[in-house]
Amino acid sequence: MKYVNHESVVKRMVNRLTINKVFKAVFFFATLFALLALAILFYRIISQGIGYLTPEFFQNFSSRFPAKAGIKAALVGSIWLMFVVAPVSIILGVGTAIYLEEYAKKNKLSDFIRMNISNLAGVPSVVFGLLGLTIFVRALSLGNSVLAAGFTMSLLILPVIIVASQEAIRAVPNDVREASYGMGATKWQTVVKIVLPSAIPGILTGAILALSRAVGETAPLIVIGIPVIIQFLPTGLLSQFTALPMQIYDWAKRPQQDFQFVAAAGILVLMIFLLIMNSIAIFIRNKFSKRY
Amino acid sequence: MAQKQVSDQPSVQELIAKSNSKKQKQMVEKLIPTILFLIASISVLTTIGIVLTLIVETIIFFKEVPVFSFLFGTEWYPFANKEPAFGILPLIAGTLKVTVIAVIVAVPFGIGSAIFLSEYASDTTRRIIKPILEVLAGIPTIVYGFFALTFVTPLLQQFIPDLKIFNALSPGIVVGIMILPMIASLSEDAMSSVPSSIREGALAMGSTKLEVALKVVVPAALSGIIASIVLAISRAIGETMIVSLAGGSTPKFDFDVTGSIQTMTAYIVQVSSGDAGYGTTIYYSIYSVGFTLFLFTLVMNLIAHAISKKYREEY
Repeated sequence: MKYVNHESVVKRMVNRLTINKVFKAVFFFATLFALLALAILFYRIISQGIGYLTPEFFQNFSSRFPAKAGIKAALVGSIWLMFVVAPVSIILGVGTAIYLEEYAKKNKLSDFIRMNISNLAGVPSVVFGLLGLTIFVRALSLGNSVLAAGFTMSLLILPVIIVASQEAIRAVPNDVREASYGMGATKWQTVVKIVLPSAIPGILTGAILALSRAVGETAPLIVIGIPVIIQFLPTGLLSQFTALPMQIYDWAKRPQQDFQFVAAAGILVLMIFLLIMNSIAIFIRNKFSKRY
Repeated sequence: MAQKQVSDQPSVQELIAKSNSKKQKQMVEKLIPTILFLIASISVLTTIGIVLTLIVETIIFFKEVPVFSFLFGTEWYPFANKEPAFGILPLIAGTLKVTVIAVIVAVPFGIGSAIFLSEYASDTTRRIIKPILEVLAGIPTIVYGFFALTFVTPLLQQFIPDLKIFNALSPGIVVGIMILPMIASLSEDAMSSVPSSIREGALAMGSTKLEVALKVVVPAALSGIIASIVLAISRAIGETMIVSLAGGSTPKFDFDVTGSIQTMTAYIVQVSSGDAGYGTTIYYSIYSVGFTLFLFTLVMNLIAHAISKKYREEY
């Protein structure tokens, strides 16, 4: 007596295995789609922009003529912006993370702060622009200066830095904290001399990734009214300035075909800027990360 | 002799007492938590600042434009000299068109890649592909906007001759590409956290990898997958530069995706980059639009948060 029809089992198995193979290919091509989009994007921008990436491009200010247009003001402006955003956002972000991880008691207030941070991370960047426009540009009358833009960008990337720092601090094992207390160290001494040194690679990696987001953000700068046509370099924190993404936005909007190439060259400069920042982050992560 | 030497120096107990009695140090220990708390409260103040800013300026806006005509008006002509119209529905329509197209692109490809990475790919493949997806997620949106305007739109025009230079289709597809890594990476995290004992159980019962993926892993990771999609939708709604560059500035209340549109975010950018004077109705209108946008994304984020918290399966 045969309870199992061998032929039909084989047939069903073959079918199921074929479907499995077909779907494996489908899922693989779905993955390939993203990689393909990335490849086309890079190819297009490099092939369009490389011709305009001359030494003059870095020495000239923006111009009505594509051949004379340069990125000097925007590049220097973006660097100035980073000099404001980096200290402000890192001090605020790491301070908040230390408070939440080391000092905060488990109560409703701490839960509220945590919940608030995760919601803040989801607020669109253009809304942060509206906040900056009202508070920094108008109420504190900082105008469309490096400082106003820097504060706005700092608040924008604050949630990212907080979360990255929290993870880095949490990864420091409790043993070393207790060893430090056991030696008679106070809480603050333990935080500064034991916890932070171990957490710094993780904090810096997260901070640099967040800063590279601030370099590429355009919408808040437009909303707080950062000008595009700037023929001078910033002279101080309250000076007017322009930044890389603003300059690219302006060039990309212009109808002349040649400005498309100038915009692509600007994008290349922005991408190289980001590449350098990300390489530093990866370098720090690989070189200094400690495992317990 | 040795005894004498020791008694000349302060004992360890004395040293400890001396160092602990330093007032300065005690002050620091007491002050630090307060200072850190003040720093931590800046993130809360930011939220309060955003909400207050938006509400205060929106209330001023509603003194000039009735709430009803703002919420239900189907015409948005703020720049008209005679009788400007402020009905937000056309801007919401523009945002929804882009978002729906983005979701149609991103969800199948994103979940497909997540299943491939979590269930089929070898460790080496995963280690190569995941960083590339991270690169895709780190590209500034202005670059995507440029890509949509100069590559995707001309490409689509070869297939759809009627397609205008500014349209909803091209930015929609590119926003989809932008949010794809987010869905792929968050869903992959959710799928990878399904314990392999369950997977192996299903495999031992004779399931193929596809059956394991679709009938065991995806259902178990469903809350994480849905949360990732909702978060991605929230990102698509708030996306600004892609739609500003490639979407146009013609708010229309219809279902046409081939013509010029305007989203809520693109309107804020259009007004900000022009010179609408401070204190005009147009100036206040960007806050009312920003407030609507904020509510949309807030609701999405709360939904995502609730889903991932409530339906998290514990193993």
